[in-house]
Amino acid sequence: MTKFIDKWWVFGLFASGFIVFVPPGLQAQSTHVVKVGESIQASIDQALPGDTIFISEGEYFEKEIIIQKPLIVIGSNFPKIDGMNSGDIFLIAADSVRIEGLELINTGYATQNDNAAVKVFDSRYLKVVNNRIINTFFGIHISNSENMVILDNFLEAFETRSHRTGNGIHLWKSDTALISGNYIKGHRDGIYLEFVTMTENRNNKVEYNHRYGLHFMFSHDNSYYHNLFRSNEAGVAVMYTRNVIMKYNIFEKSLGSGSYGVLLKDISNSVMKYNIIRDNTIGIYMDGSNNNEISYNEFRRNGWGIKLLASNDGNHLSGNNFIGNTFDISTNGRLVTNTLEGNFWDKYEGYDLDRDGYGDVPYRPISLYSTIVERIPSAIILWRSFMVTMMDRAERIVPAITPENMKDTKPKMRPNDINFKSE
Amino acid sequence: MLKLLKYSLYNILRTRFALLYTLFLLMATLGIYSLDYDLSRVGLSLLNVVLLVVPLVCIIFATVHFYNSYEFMELMLAQPINRMTVFLSQILAVGLSLCLAFLIGAGLPMLIYGADSSLFYLLLVGVLLSLVFTGLAFLASVMTRDKARAIGITLLFWVYFSLIYDGLVIYLIYVFYDYPLEGATLAMVMLNPVDLARVIMLMQMDVSALMGFTGAFFQSFFGSAQGLLVSFSVLLIWILLPVWAAARVFKKKDL
Repeated sequence: MTKFIDKWWVFGLFASGFIVFVPPGLQAQSTHVVKVGESIQASIDQALPGDTIFISEGEYFEKEIIIQKPLIVIGSNFPKIDGMNSGDIFLIAADSVRIEGLELINTGYATQNDNAAVKVFDSRYLKVVNNRIINTFFGIHISNSENMVILDNFLEAFETRSHRTGNGIHLWKSDTALISGNYIKGHRDGIYLEFVTMTENRNNKVEYNHRYGLHFMFSHDNSYYHNLFRSNEAGVAVMYTRNVIMKYNIFEKSLGSGSYGVLLKDISNSVMKYNIIRDNTIGIYMDGSNNNEISYNEFRRNGWGIKLLASNDGNHLSGNNFIGNTFDISTNGRLVTNTLEGNFWDKYEGYDLDRDGYGDVPYRPISLYSTIVERIPSAIILWRSFMVTMMDRAERIVPAITPENMKDTKPKMRPNDINFKSE
Repeated sequence: MLKLLKYSLYNILRTRFALLYTLFLLMATLGIYSLDYDLSRVGLSLLNVVLLVVPLVCIIFATVHFYNSYEFMELMLAQPINRMTVFLSQILAVGLSLCLAFLIGAGLPMLIYGADSSLFYLLLVGVLLSLVFTGLAFLASVMTRDKARAIGITLLFWVYFSLIYDGLVIYLIYVFYDYPLEGATLAMVMLNPVDLARVIMLMQMDVSALMGFTGAFFQSFFGSAQGLLVSFSVLLIWILLPVWAAARVFKKKDL
């Protein structure tokens, strides 16, 4: 037995001696430096798997750079790689590729191909870190891949015609990714996930995109923490998904008739907590969503806090603060199978005789006038007139048109103390 | 004119009603500030005061004042003084004192507790509404000799503008809701100073809701600098028109 181990030891020594004495350039892990005027593709072709390509500062005009082996591509002081408005810039189909510190500008635009600054197929262990991706059709486009890290990238597109914009970070049929610290502006969807599972999205700032800030479909078991979605044309839309966790996010300034702070369409078994949803026309629009927990969020100054359609079932709203919304909740039917409990409503006018912190009479968050406005949008012009206020008040006392069961049986007297920072 | 204005103001001060009104507004605003934790909530509660209480107080006070100073006016008109001067000094005195009362009553707490832009709009709108209803009160007063009847007419004005008109608008919107109503409702809003004031405030407080499908139409009108200019101009017309009409009647009136 000991003899056997000795043998291996000798072999190891022999092998390491062999590596030391091979001439540089053929080494297993070497560094290649690309200077201005040289071809990045050529040096990638020369490199061996696991090598590092170091791109010097300067301007490069190159597109369709293909990487088919594990490589690390690092830029020094953001070298500018210009795709000359056609095709993709990086095409990656290999495991363990790392793209870092580059400025990638001007990809092509095509309706058939989703041209992107970094386009990835069938890869694992990809890292895209700290790049500037500017004026591209798609930013980072990933399909059929696993275990990715997309970290601290800055993506901005300037296209104003919305049909010619692509998504910032686009993942399709992938599994396990960390998407964190990215800034995305001016794209179609900021972050787009389809058939993507087990991703974690953190600290991204997504604003002024032409469609949704965040858009995912059929993407189960994903989580979203501390992201900011602001002033995207249509807010945030998430669809046909289960087991979503959304915490500590801010959804703000989605203004317009088709804009939603958050659109939850067919979302189930998900959790939304500690989010701030403010200054949207519609804070949350829920349709066909089941068994979700929406608690400890703040709804502030929205036109409608929540539009809770009758197609939703078994959702639980508790501990939220509704402050300064024009209408807190509206719905479209009389059947209510969702529960409200322990929320704070600034329009609540009840009392708390037993001093337990909860109002003694239930609060009905649906105003009669919001149902009228739903049917006749022009009627909004009479909101806050004496007449309308009287109608609303009468309806709250004796509900005739609004659903009788839509009520918070334990409305809080004071705003819930919510910590929006931790975790 | 200035001398007359001075005496009229002195008269108003002596009745102490203006002082009481100031005190009432002060207490109300202070109360609202101490009850509500949020500036937007303060604005909302104050809006109700501005839309309901201010017009009512203004219209009744101005009417009562007109009849109380009837003899004073008769005496003045016996002197070689222009009729217009007498009339304008009266209306100015009432308007000035009511505006001042409102500005102090509602504005002082804002200075103490802080305010945002929507509250400044509220102050402006309140002042304008005070003037509108002072004008309407004078119009009602010059139309009849009987004080009770004049108060009746002024109350009718108030009920009409604050209640009945909105009911009519709701009814019309309900009946014609298949048609595009944006332009029509806009016109209807312009025809009622209380509604106009309310909508100006709505643009400040419920912007998010107004960005919806139809609301966007109103928002694009009232939200723009042009729209604001138009709506404030219309409010000014609402001040000048009744005053002008009242002045015309007063000129030929046998007191």
